[in-house]
Amino acid sequence: MAMILTPEQQSMLSGDKGETMAKVMKTLVMYGETFGAEKMVPVSAGYGHLVTSFGLSVMKPVYALMEQFIESGVLSGQKFTADPRPLDKKVPKNLLQDLFFHVMYSKQEEYEKQLQALGLLSEDSFTCACYLDQVGNTPRKGDVLSWAESSAVVYANSVLGARCNRNSGILELFGSIAGCVPYFGLLTDEGRKATWVVDVRTTKKPEAQILGSAIGMKVMEDVPFIRGLSNYIGTKLDDDATAYLKDFGAATASNGAVGLYHIEHLTPEAVELGESLIAPNAKTYIIDDAELERVKTSYPVMWKDPDAQAKLCFVGCPHLSLKQLHDWTAALSQALAQAGRAKVAMPTVFTSPVAVQREFEKTSDYQTLKDMGVVVSYICPLMYMNNPLCGKMPVVTNSNKLRTYTTARYHTDAEILELLSKGVN
Amino acid sequence: MPTFQGRAVVPGSVKAQALVSRQGFNTLASFQKALMFKDKSAKCSDQNNPDIYEKPMHGAALCLPQTIGSTTGGMVLYCAAALGQQPACLLFSKPIDSLAAAGAILADVWTDVSMPVVDNLGEEFLAYVSTGASVEVKPDGTVVIE
Repeated sequence: MAMILTPEQQSMLSGDKGETMAKVMKTLVMYGETFGAEKMVPVSAGYGHLVTSFGLSVMKPVYALMEQFIESGVLSGQKFTADPRPLDKKVPKNLLQDLFFHVMYSKQEEYEKQLQALGLLSEDSFTCACYLDQVGNTPRKGDVLSWAESSAVVYANSVLGARCNRNSGILELFGSIAGCVPYFGLLTDEGRKATWVVDVRTTKKPEAQILGSAIGMKVMEDVPFIRGLSNYIGTKLDDDATAYLKDFGAATASNGAVGLYHIEHLTPEAVELGESLIAPNAKTYIIDDAELERVKTSYPVMWKDPDAQAKLCFVGCPHLSLKQLHDWTAALSQALAQAGRAKVAMPTVFTSPVAVQREFEKTSDYQTLKDMGVVVSYICPLMYMNNPLCGKMPVVTNSNKLRTYTTARYHTDAEILELLSKGVN
Repeated sequence: MPTFQGRAVVPGSVKAQALVSRQGFNTLASFQKALMFKDKSAKCSDQNNPDIYEKPMHGAALCLPQTIGSTTGGMVLYCAAALGQQPACLLFSKPIDSLAAAGAILADVWTDVSMPVVDNLGEEFLAYVSTGASVEVKPDGTVVIE
């Protein structure tokens, strides 16, 4: 079915605003028609968010495309944030790795200049957790977004009640350029109905990263309505609950392809609409302690030597919130004190947005964390790991997303504390 | 000859040998090394996909259920097409997912490459087709396995 366009959208498609803009519109129309969209809707959020933040030398076609936009004056109609940078001098690396990084990401500086020309919000706008208060790209309930980055999309849809499809890199920029996106999927009321009911029947608060992983692997791209979780994380979206949901959502989106979840009594649409969000004939998935254990033990160990001593630890994929930085500092201080150590047992990197780090640096916890030997960085651990040299390193993480896309080995938060304070696998 | 009818997402005609992934196709993981090391044959680098691991994807009729993985997937497919490393066609048994659709459409609109894409071919298509089979794709979304 052909989409019905407004006169302005039709004018863009016809080439009245130049050939490049016409091709942007053609791409969006083809994309929408593929999914049965009958119209475009305006992008109503203040800012966009791009997944492509890395100047990989092999992505020449992307840079050529960006150059075409800039030369044609086809820029983003809204400012945008972008995923984290792939490099940070503070993160431990050997000489060979350093050399490899600079070859691999040789286009970083050039690409960042292109992003600035296209509409990057600021030079510190590189984070996957753009929705955190300190970063300032926090959509309102009902806002229509043109974002990519699976963990940000699922958070915006689920926790903030915004509306965004799981867009691909590059295509999200097209929506920000044209100012409209095709109306289908998670933008529609129908597409936001839950086709799975998940009953959480564990005896204690489930690890966010494992619960998200289990649900993602089960429901894949469907929308789950989750009962029982608010018994553990409450019915208020406070700092603890949102941090939990950030990590939970990233695991649902990377271990599966979840773009939206509803938590009974907690997330905005579940509070407002309750079980009327559940579609007829929704399937059921029951999660108990045994199921979580089954999922955790199913993760393959990708290290060349499974018994190797870990050489690096990443915490913060997605980037840590301010509350999480404080909580980790307190937990690590206690664990180290109990183990009789002053510093962490291996090089350790906590990742967080620059804006959050600035706030954190104003507190005494920053020095405490530094004194324990932890590096706080804005890097993307996934980009750090995604090369043959780092891929061979025994790296541990509490991120299920990092585990999924790299050779990093997953451990629960408690296990990570044990590793950092006692230094044994 | 067995014929399957799907929907032409990007219409076109082509004849090629099938390369079959019976599990979700991780676009980033599959093309990562080919892009990084400029491998024109685009050997699949996804160790988690035994069906197609280390098999050349360039010029193949890539048969798959859907794509999975990073939201960079569409961009990766576009890059592969722009660098001449793309499959001959993409044949989906299920409805196409948003990331693959973006990549296929970006390749169609922004490159000179012809890479027909057909979806909704049904589970029976993926059950029948095998790697190495000769496949013909017609502009109306008909797929003939010879």
